[in-house]
Amino acid sequence: MTTAPTAPKINKASGAQQKLLAFASLIVLLLFFSVAAPNFMQTSNIIAILQATSVNGVLAIAATLVIITGGIDLSVGTLMTFCAVIAGVVLTYLGMPLPFGILAAIAAGAGCGLISGTLVAKMKIPPFIATLGMMLILKGLSLVISGTKPIYFNDTPNFYEISTGSLIGDIIPAVPIPNGVLILFIVALTIGYVLNRTVLGRYCFALGSNEEAVRLSGVNADGWKMAIYALAGGICGIAGLIIASRLNSAQPALGLGYELDAIAAVVIGGTSLAGGRGSVLGTIIGALIMSVLLNGLRVMSVAQEWQTVVTGSIIIIAVYADMMRRRKMT
Amino acid sequence: MMNRRTLFAAVSATALLATTSFGLAQDKVYIPLVSKGFQHQFWQAVKAGADKAAAEFGVEVTFEGPDTEAQVDKQMDMLAAALAKKPAAIGFAALDSQAAIPMLRQAQEAGIPVVAFDSGVDSDIPVATATTDNAAAAGLAADKMAELIGGAGKVALVVHDQTSRTGIDRRDGFVNRMKESHPNIEIVDIQYGAGDQLQSTEITKAMLTAHPDMKGIFGANEGSAIGVLNAVKETGRSEVVVIGYDSGAAQKAAIMDGSMAGAITQNPVGIGYETVKAALMASKGETVPKLIDTGFFWYDKTNMDSPEIAAVLYD
Repeated sequence: MTTAPTAPKINKASGAQQKLLAFASLIVLLLFFSVAAPNFMQTSNIIAILQATSVNGVLAIAATLVIITGGIDLSVGTLMTFCAVIAGVVLTYLGMPLPFGILAAIAAGAGCGLISGTLVAKMKIPPFIATLGMMLILKGLSLVISGTKPIYFNDTPNFYEISTGSLIGDIIPAVPIPNGVLILFIVALTIGYVLNRTVLGRYCFALGSNEEAVRLSGVNADGWKMAIYALAGGICGIAGLIIASRLNSAQPALGLGYELDAIAAVVIGGTSLAGGRGSVLGTIIGALIMSVLLNGLRVMSVAQEWQTVVTGSIIIIAVYADMMRRRKMT
Repeated sequence: MMNRRTLFAAVSATALLATTSFGLAQDKVYIPLVSKGFQHQFWQAVKAGADKAAAEFGVEVTFEGPDTEAQVDKQMDMLAAALAKKPAAIGFAALDSQAAIPMLRQAQEAGIPVVAFDSGVDSDIPVATATTDNAAAAGLAADKMAELIGGAGKVALVVHDQTSRTGIDRRDGFVNRMKESHPNIEIVDIQYGAGDQLQSTEITKAMLTAHPDMKGIFGANEGSAIGVLNAVKETGRSEVVVIGYDSGAAQKAAIMDGSMAGAITQNPVGIGYETVKAALMASKGETVPKLIDTGFFWYDKTNMDSPEIAAVLYD
């Protein structure tokens, strides 16, 4: 009775094509900047780009999960900040050892995600409104809990290593890829596996394609949806740890606006805002395109007012290309 | 088909915009300024000062800053991109000085001198700091407020935020001076409006409703001051003395027509100019003063047009 419906074949094919398109755009951007800006293609700058992608990439993966179900999560940015503040409270205010801080941040994220999921699935509040509310609540709570001041992690010297240390660099000194980037790729691989190989992933797509059909087939649609929001929340907790570690502090006023960067990366990567279609790989490429673009324009000394114009244009072009291609297929 | 066309569109759009500023001068001394903001008039005035110095000394300057003063990590990314360009020196206004130290160390190791501007960095890496003494400037605002309301009564503050150095210094500078020198003045409320004009307007209106006998309000930056001014106008409480901070066209006009009593101005053009000048000197290995006090002034209807004041005001 509860056999999970598989996503229609056409979705997978178009997903692959969009990923290819996004990947090709990324390569072209890299080639363009390495010719146009002499200082672009150097190890330290490539690492700077990857590091700039780590937080947005992880947030975008969380956003991808929710968007595939046909929802939207506007709270990813401030939830990240909230989790960073929770880690700060546990490690700095309570003086507990590092693993507790990590667990607390991820648990806080999953808990808040579960609340969002409950608002959406059980109370039937539209995801846009429910997560908009959560976004503001979490922004406020971060300020309240932290006393509106940054919480520094000076008493937990290893905390800084979470994002800025380099396990890869310890083994191969020539490529000191920061741990924050490593975490991004681990999260990407894990969630990619969850989406494509597990029941949770199949229901994620099924809810986005046809929620009614899922319900009618006797599946606990609400339960699965809540689980997906909770998982996305937990991932925001990981993003909170990465950013807090990078800044060696939980910055309570930060986070607003980061949800839009995350959603932009998801959309550039070919995930449909209508739900039912998307991939983690696409999202990662989308996030990379955004940070390569921004870094490249900066290294070329393009004036800042133009940088945002270009970024906005790229988002529109990417989505338009995706729409045109799909119109041709039907 | 679509793929290729899209790619070309993307690339050519980038190329078109890029060529305007790219390749201007590869051999000129290059000094990037990473600021705390970009779009506010204050930062644009700092940029104008930096550009002025760039033209005068024949160096290339770029100026960047995050959208809001909370985006500490975005500022780190800007600093990383600036370092990748192997500049002669860097000007940097830290949003969170502690979080910035690892990156500044990177600059130090690469032999790139750093000049801090606007707010200092709690570190000895910067060779110089070009800044305003914000606490002293807000203290002057408190003295002027006391003078204007006759040394007694209720006053309130609308501040841009409670986490940044300038927000804290201006608030504390004002509050402490009141406590020390004007014991008959009561500070009844301090609220934060993110420097947003509309938000600050609503906050002020609530304050005015709560305190019908309010004598004066201090708006601690440009956006806050305009918000206070709007609220006083909308509620018709013209007896309330409004004191602002920084300049801008709206504040200047309000001071001209008397709806604002006066304001504190920093010297943003001077901050930008001195930063580039010090950075250039440091890149040549010359010694620069550790602290460059760029100064502040009280301005009102009476002295706005004097050359000394007019030079530091911006629209």
